[in-house]
Amino acid sequence: MKEKLIFDYTRPGKTGVLCSGPAGSPERHLPADLIRKDYANLPEVSEVETVRHFTRLSQLNYGVDSGFYPLGSCTMKYNPKINEKTASLEGFAGLHPMIPDSLAQGALRLICELQEYLCRITGMQACSLQPAAGASGEFTGLLMMRRWHQVKGTAHKNEIIIPDSAHGTNPASVALTGFRVVEVKSNSQGWVDIEALKQVVNENTAGLMITNPNTLGLFDGNIRQVADIIHAAGGLVHYDGANLNAIMGKCRPFDMGFDIVHMNLHKTFSTPHGGGGPGSGPVTVTKELRDFLPGPIAARSGDSFFMDHDLKHTIGKVTGFHGNFAVMVKAYTYIRMLGSAGLKAASETAVLNANYLLKLLDQHLKRDFPQFCMHEFVLSGRELPNGVHTLDIAKRLLDYGYHAPTIYFPLIVKEAIMIEPTETESLETLDAFASTMVRICEEAAANPELLKQAPVSTPVRRLDEVNAARKPVLCA
Amino acid sequence: MAYIPLTASDREQMLRKIGVASVDELFSDIPEDLRLKSFDWLPPSDERETLSILKGLAEANRAAAEAPCFLGAGAYDHYIPAAVDAICSRSEFYTAYTPYQPEVSQGTLQAIFEFQSLICALTGLAVSNASMYDGPSALGEAVLIASSYTKKQKVLYAESLSPVYLAVVRTYLESGSIELIPVKTARDGRVDPSDLSSKLSADTACLVLQNPNFFGVIEDGAALKKILGPTMLVVCADPNSLGLLAPPGSYGASICVGDCQPLGLPMSFGGPYAGYLAVSNDLMRKLPGRIVGRTVDCDGKTGFVLTLQTREQHIKREKATSNICSNQALCALRSTIYICLLGKTGLKNVSCACLDKAHRMAEAACKNKGFSLRYTSPFYKEFVLDCPSNAAKLAEEVFNRFGILAGVPLSRFNPQDSNGLLISVTEKRTGDEIVGLSAALAQVAGGLK
Repeated sequence: MKEKLIFDYTRPGKTGVLCSGPAGSPERHLPADLIRKDYANLPEVSEVETVRHFTRLSQLNYGVDSGFYPLGSCTMKYNPKINEKTASLEGFAGLHPMIPDSLAQGALRLICELQEYLCRITGMQACSLQPAAGASGEFTGLLMMRRWHQVKGTAHKNEIIIPDSAHGTNPASVALTGFRVVEVKSNSQGWVDIEALKQVVNENTAGLMITNPNTLGLFDGNIRQVADIIHAAGGLVHYDGANLNAIMGKCRPFDMGFDIVHMNLHKTFSTPHGGGGPGSGPVTVTKELRDFLPGPIAARSGDSFFMDHDLKHTIGKVTGFHGNFAVMVKAYTYIRMLGSAGLKAASETAVLNANYLLKLLDQHLKRDFPQFCMHEFVLSGRELPNGVHTLDIAKRLLDYGYHAPTIYFPLIVKEAIMIEPTETESLETLDAFASTMVRICEEAAANPELLKQAPVSTPVRRLDEVNAARKPVLCA
Repeated sequence: MAYIPLTASDREQMLRKIGVASVDELFSDIPEDLRLKSFDWLPPSDERETLSILKGLAEANRAAAEAPCFLGAGAYDHYIPAAVDAICSRSEFYTAYTPYQPEVSQGTLQAIFEFQSLICALTGLAVSNASMYDGPSALGEAVLIASSYTKKQKVLYAESLSPVYLAVVRTYLESGSIELIPVKTARDGRVDPSDLSSKLSADTACLVLQNPNFFGVIEDGAALKKILGPTMLVVCADPNSLGLLAPPGSYGASICVGDCQPLGLPMSFGGPYAGYLAVSNDLMRKLPGRIVGRTVDCDGKTGFVLTLQTREQHIKREKATSNICSNQALCALRSTIYICLLGKTGLKNVSCACLDKAHRMAEAACKNKGFSLRYTSPFYKEFVLDCPSNAAKLAEEVFNRFGILAGVPLSRFNPQDSNGLLISVTEKRTGDEIVGLSAALAQVAGGLK
């Protein structure tokens, strides 16, 4: 441990920031049995010690600003600084969520316009920004399907089809919403196997959830046919927008036949990931599904804006208030900066960067799919010599000052290494990363111990995860 | 401005290397009929223009800085120390992803471990996870835990539970077979013990109790737990109150949830906030979401990792305890720093100041003719003021004439409740603001009659 716990800095009597003076004895207002017997066991530390403690902790971290972060499926693009500035404007940050609409016109306008922008990008006709993250967007889409089938008198439909390449959240969301998961195979091209799909579609098919480009980084050219098959069975089709960064301005989920789309503002629209959140997972839908959205949604009436609670079949609320508003401000700022042409350029460049990097690496690691990739690609470490695994490559990259790619996902590629450079990286960065990867592959042949012992230059080395789970210590 | 650092010659070089003539060729897997012909609907703007657009939007709102804010109902105008913003602006924290590579994520991991420890200290429970989307979704997950652990389908909830929370819980339960059964609020504003007794049965999974409840009233948790006996108690608590009030673990709660917004998070029109979720030891493996644990590295050095991951979606897929795959790490970090800065006595002082000022506000408001407190039980930083006329109109008029955000009219949640105004008083409200609101209410009520 490079930095001791904040509790270890405690010296009785110390305090950091005073937010209020002593307010007199609480017993004047409350009976003693409602009051804590002892102080909560919280740290007693000065402001400067607290600041230094957390500054030192920050220095043990690696962010996009620290260096290249090719984490596949996570779209770790640069987070523009203007976003942070706009989201912290007092008129946004100090705004109470229960304020009357008339006193929040700027916020409602922003929400309404962001809803409209996301509809433009996805081709859909209505939007709710309420879901808090991607998984919350999946949950929302699936509940809408559920409600849709109840309203249409097809409530017996209880199966959701997902490809075997799907993110783990997809099946987990399906289970959480009371549906049964039916998996469909991918074909040798990495696309949904149409024959296999026809085999699993039946009277109980409620819908399908799919990412396109899929988690192999490939655009499924049969997508329209996939959607048609599901529609013919009376099901709905949900677009998992995890990979939307590949297609903005190139094609739209609506034209592919989707009914519901969820996006990740923290991936595609440059809002920072925060070390694991907050994100934001808006949902856009066709006009037929508008009334099923989680409400309220922002709407216009002439020059003024209001929260529309009048959604006949709404699934209800998925977060307490309006969703992660400050994240929306950042995404809105980004879209205003780029404009539509900039969004398209972002996707085109993300795809260019990925194909370039793929070209530099595919002679050194196993590549299963010959076609062009989209914004990311998957290679495999399964043919590495000397018992070296994908994990070892990832850990060795840390020694070279990079964040590791996503590894062991998607599950259908053994020893997968999933790389997503994003559009915000320079040619120099891509070249330097590629030469490092090539060098690591050479090390795997010549001196495999370098990889198996890695990392050696990080604040801690490989950690004992087995014992951490067997004898959990979760609290100081 | 798309933040693309490639020059035209870079692009040419890259295309040549790939072996294509244009970027469009890379998109050849997209069928012709799906390709967009045009995508031109918003001009770009430079940074200065964008900032000006956003400033215009921000200024079209009435933020708490310009209008004394007595609004609460789940989001509160507490003071946020400058050091919270300063530390959270460090990009090593905010531009990182979920700590999948623990060797280069010890900062996030240790901060979460400290967060978990602080939540345990505040709630009096043994285990906390790394945080949830917000308080309401944490409560939704808590109810699922209670039902899954007890294998029982009936969930009692106090009617004094926030309607904001209840709405989200209903959504979480939408697809399952769990039945939500309300328990009445007595005239004093607390859970009606006889109604609780009559609704308790062998099929009851738990009682969901908000404490302080939606109306600000402090419940007698110990007395209710006595009635519940072995039935599980799930408490939803404002964590800022726990510097002062008895921790839910001390009166028998097995699960405690709430929203961290009052611990250093700006109101931001409703989010992002962070939910916290703490449980007793026996429920540890039922927890949803991320959990950080302490361990050692191969050199024996102490470090932190995401742990108990076999509960989670990326391993268990459809058999996971939840679909959640993120936490609100940056928000949880804010709360961690907030608690550390205030510390043991500072947090209690804030709690006491809220308590004291809320009582001063109540006393002043009730001196006005026609105004009275709805409930007689002890309250914390919020209370329901019964007004002599329509509370929504009254609040609107108080804002229009005096520029004060007077409170949340309860008609927002229950159209029949036209006279109730939920007033929230944090440590930020000054004596002048309290006197000002009281006077404004009196004047406006006089005028409206």
